[in-house]
Amino acid sequence: MQYTLVAWMRDKPGVLNRVSGMLRRRNFNIDSLQVSHSETPGISRMTFVVDGDERVADQVVKQLRKVVDVTAVEDITNRLAILRELALIRVRTTPATRGEIMQFAEIYRAQIVDVNAENLVVQAVGTEDKVDSLIELLRPFGIEEMVRTGRVALCRGDERPKRTKPATSIFKAAASLNGSGHGDPE
Amino acid sequence: MALAKREPAASGYDLGPLEFTGSQMIWEALLREGVKIVFGHPGGAILPAYDALAEYEADGRIHHVLVRHEQCAAHMADGFARATGDVGVCIVTSGPGATNLVTGLATAQMDSVPVVAITGQVPTNLLGTDAFQESDVVGVTQPVCKHNYLVTDIAELPLVMKEAFYIAREGRPGVVLVDICKDVQIETGIFRYDFEINLPGFEPWPEYSPESVQAAAELLNESERPLILAGHGIHLSNTSEELLQLVEKAGIPVVTTLLGTGNIPETHPLSLGMGGMHGEAFANRAVQACDVLVAMGMRFDDRITGRLDRFAAKAKIVHFELDRAEVGKNIVPDVAVIGDLAETLPAFLPQIKERRHQEWVDTLSEWRSETDEADIIQFEVEELIPPFVIRQLWHATEQTEKRVIVVTDVGQHQMWESQYYIHEHAGMLLTSGGLGTMGYALPAALGAQMSDPDALVWCVAGDGGFQMTLQELATIQQEKLPVKIAIINNGFLGMVRQWQQIFYDKRYVGTPILSPDYVKLAEAYDIPAAVVRHPSEVVSVLEQAHKTDGPFLVDFQVKEEVNVYPMVAPGAAVDELIRRPKPGYVQGYSGVQPSW
Repeated sequence: MQYTLVAWMRDKPGVLNRVSGMLRRRNFNIDSLQVSHSETPGISRMTFVVDGDERVADQVVKQLRKVVDVTAVEDITNRLAILRELALIRVRTTPATRGEIMQFAEIYRAQIVDVNAENLVVQAVGTEDKVDSLIELLRPFGIEEMVRTGRVALCRGDERPKRTKPATSIFKAAASLNGSGHGDPE
Repeated sequence: MALAKREPAASGYDLGPLEFTGSQMIWEALLREGVKIVFGHPGGAILPAYDALAEYEADGRIHHVLVRHEQCAAHMADGFARATGDVGVCIVTSGPGATNLVTGLATAQMDSVPVVAITGQVPTNLLGTDAFQESDVVGVTQPVCKHNYLVTDIAELPLVMKEAFYIAREGRPGVVLVDICKDVQIETGIFRYDFEINLPGFEPWPEYSPESVQAAAELLNESERPLILAGHGIHLSNTSEELLQLVEKAGIPVVTTLLGTGNIPETHPLSLGMGGMHGEAFANRAVQACDVLVAMGMRFDDRITGRLDRFAAKAKIVHFELDRAEVGKNIVPDVAVIGDLAETLPAFLPQIKERRHQEWVDTLSEWRSETDEADIIQFEVEELIPPFVIRQLWHATEQTEKRVIVVTDVGQHQMWESQYYIHEHAGMLLTSGGLGTMGYALPAALGAQMSDPDALVWCVAGDGGFQMTLQELATIQQEKLPVKIAIINNGFLGMVRQWQQIFYDKRYVGTPILSPDYVKLAEAYDIPAAVVRHPSEVVSVLEQAHKTDGPFLVDFQVKEEVNVYPMVAPGAAVDELIRRPKPGYVQGYSGVQPSW
């Protein structure tokens, strides 16, 4: 299954390389990795989507924690969280198809951010599922170019990660974070 | 902020602020970390640091050991660190100097050895231009380091040096590399060393939970067939004593990993020696038959577990471990006690009931008597076989009053040493267990000897591994070190040949290896040497080696095709092992055959 992990790290040269190098070396399967500034100056925030079982996710968390520049790691898979991805999709248009494409975009609350005679660019924001399904709708028209940001995640209200050190506890396979699905009321 | 547990040697030096060049800062930082010996090789990008070293060498504050190859600088720092328990330091130049270090760094990191490596780098204005002797050292060494730094600004240098030692030393030890641009070494800046270390992401000493210790104790107290599997962590946390108390109080037999060798004296009735691929059959049977396996300071390496899904299948597993990431990596334990063994063991001990486990111990003794390896050694042999040499080496070193350190290389002789040498305490054997680096023994022995000139240091190497780093004979002579060298010379890359014999239908491809005349070679370095071809010569030559002041080399020309047994084939369960051949089938023995 897919796990959503969030890591905070010191914003230093090479830190992304340290993290991605570790993930590659340990042969973890990462579906997406997104990095940005956080609310704290000097601290970057990374969102990972990890494909694997709970042991893999547990190892990714632990190995991430060992990277000296990584200050905290949270597995938010089972938290109520807002999961979003942004996609920019350039679709080929003809006078006959332009209207239909724009209608699809509207249904998905996507925006048209660029337009000319031959194509237009749709900006879609939503869960990966939603973006995926819009892309499938647009594909028959001819997608000329596309970019996706990968998943970003923010927990809702009280589900916010505490970013504290984990309490040392009796490790049990079953006790590590698991479960299914991501809370998204939308 | 995690507090330092292991204080560096008291330095008594001014913590600043003081004005120094970057080069001076390197040495000033080392002094404040208690470093007196560094292993290195100069070159263009580290020249300013070497120039500054002159003044520190002149008054004897720092001694620099010139190596003949940078890989050996790292191995020497590693040997020094393993022998002392404190950080070993190596210093080399940019580009090839730094890339040559990599094998040595990986060796140390795999075995949790604290090493700080300092490398010169091209000046900041040339970074990224493919300048002469430029390489991306931070990029190259990242996967084999606990942490590493590139210093491009002199203002960062003192803090980076302090952090480097802190990270290398604290928690599970490891390798930290500091790559310093040449212009930073030349510039002048303000040096201070009274920083508070602030590394929020670094958790060297996780606090243990008393509940986990209690849960572990409950499991162990209910056990009828308990077993301890003790690793390097016992030595690193200096808890051999506590382990022995636990073992004797609760009557628990102990199997060790290769790096855990000597965690309890191997003469102890409850010691079963090493387990795993070349562990004795009774040790591995004990692992498979126990009902509670208490693993301490070890990481369930494939060489100890064999086939994972059948490892200790009847046992509940308790894992005492400092590094959280090792818990659940290969084996998911039933109870994990995460924390420093120096804290968890003393908390564990009073909760353990006094037990004898007589039935279990008797069973193990019975299994053991089936494999009475002692017999192998006592019989007179006509041909020189390696186990005999190793056992005689043990007899010879047993008589000395000195501290004995045996440093082995990698391969058959390494396993024979582990099987036939009797280790009385942890830290007696230094070997490359994780990475399995051929060529490790000679430089590591040199590093160990540098840390303790009075110790009796034996480098035991095969003819293959020895030839990988034999240029360091010159370093031994230049430093006038009394390292004793035993080459177990069988004309093959023996372990590879053994695999070819067993798994590749005896096709010996690339394994027959020519050796030089080692006695002549030693002579060229002015090192006394002898060759041994017959068992009757072993004792007298070892005596001669011990009587000789200074280094001594022995070329043991042993029987060629002797195998290490028992052996667990890769991918097999640890009790599916290939036993020693039956009497009558064993080459190399004559007269009465021992009963194995």
